[in-house]
Amino acid sequence: MRPATLRAWSRIHTWSSLVCTGFLLLLCVTGLPLIFHHEIDALLGDHPVPAALPADAPRASLDRLADSAMARRPGEVVQYVIWDPDEPDLVWFSLAPAPTSPPEALQGLWLDARTAEVLKEPDLRSGFMYWMLRLHVDLFAGLPGKLFLGAMGLLFAAAIVSGVVLYGPFMRRLEFGTIRASRRSRRLHWLDLHNLLGVVTVVWALVVGITGVVNTLAELILEAWRRDQLAELVAPWQGLPPVAAPPGTLERAVAAARTAAPGHEPAFVAYPQTPFSSGHHYAVYLRGSTPLTRRLLIPALVEAESGVLTALRPVPWYGTALQLSQPLHFGDYGGLPLKVIWALLDLATIAVLASGPVLWVRRRRGARRAPRAAAGHAGQAAR
Amino acid sequence: MSRVWDMPALLGGLSAIGLAAALLGDGPWDAVAWVTLGLPVAVMARHLLWRRRAPQRRVATR
Repeated sequence: MRPATLRAWSRIHTWSSLVCTGFLLLLCVTGLPLIFHHEIDALLGDHPVPAALPADAPRASLDRLADSAMARRPGEVVQYVIWDPDEPDLVWFSLAPAPTSPPEALQGLWLDARTAEVLKEPDLRSGFMYWMLRLHVDLFAGLPGKLFLGAMGLLFAAAIVSGVVLYGPFMRRLEFGTIRASRRSRRLHWLDLHNLLGVVTVVWALVVGITGVVNTLAELILEAWRRDQLAELVAPWQGLPPVAAPPGTLERAVAAARTAAPGHEPAFVAYPQTPFSSGHHYAVYLRGSTPLTRRLLIPALVEAESGVLTALRPVPWYGTALQLSQPLHFGDYGGLPLKVIWALLDLATIAVLASGPVLWVRRRRGARRAPRAAAGHAGQAAR
Repeated sequence: MSRVWDMPALLGGLSAIGLAAALLGDGPWDAVAWVTLGLPVAVMARHLLWRRRAPQRRVATR
């Protein structure tokens, strides 16, 4: 590589990483407990334990569950119903003062799917995990915060790519994995550490980084789907005043969706007028039964007033990209061992991030003290 | 170029296989992911914990 080309890549690496390192450290540190959020919630007692009933105990009708949820929070309406595939005996209901209330107004309830009993009303907006989540997702700044972190993620990707380009010239005369422990230069020690951990984690870090960026676009992707697909699917209702879901119609809507898509189970239901549906439909999001199609939800639109299924159309490519980006970012798709590996790779990434500024400061300090020696350092890779 | 990239390419390839495997299946597919993504972690641990007193410069291979 020509020295000038190398210097250009070096500059890209230095500045893309200097800008994003602080935020990426925050993301890696807050992300660490989030990997284990399910286990931590269970440990803190924030997760309900359903009553021990026989395995074939009949399920309560969804309308009874909805009534039970609304009785718990009088004056509120259901916006979403969510099933956790790992918790077949539980159903999650999200309620808010109105069908159009913003997400900040949502309050969730865990219900027993068999008894329709409200088991838990967790406090969603306080506590350690809530802080971790908000700092990780949007810095308490809503969509602008998400997009900002997404931009930091893109810089992180640029830092990774330029780091890979620099790895070759730097390692030309070194055995893979060498960590020099010379008294003369702590900097070489940090550099070797940075290079080893950086190059070993590179594929994982790039995948988790890019999928994180895609996740920051979730709201924009939903809005694109609404304009591009949903608007077309509900064109016949255009101009009609939106409706509230008539009482006692949830079970019927979910049944219609299941009949239309055999082999699928409901993942969640969005009530009429919520961002995930139209003003006149329940949107029943169905998951497949194979490990891959379990992640790829298909929305079924069921007219709330008639209970008739009016559309069943898979989401377009950008929706698929978002749905695949979630497991690849969270690391929650291969059991506890995968989560542990995720955490270890996260710790290695923290070490790479933290050693970056150390190297930069030491190089600058070295350059001030002994310009000639520093010039030698910079040239070392170019040779 | 080649020797420098042998190990990184191998570990990168294994990581990619692992990331995809757990997505495509359960059971044995998950186990494939644990091994292929666990190997890079093991390699890091090996070099951090057992530092060889390696010569600083390798004899030129060309």
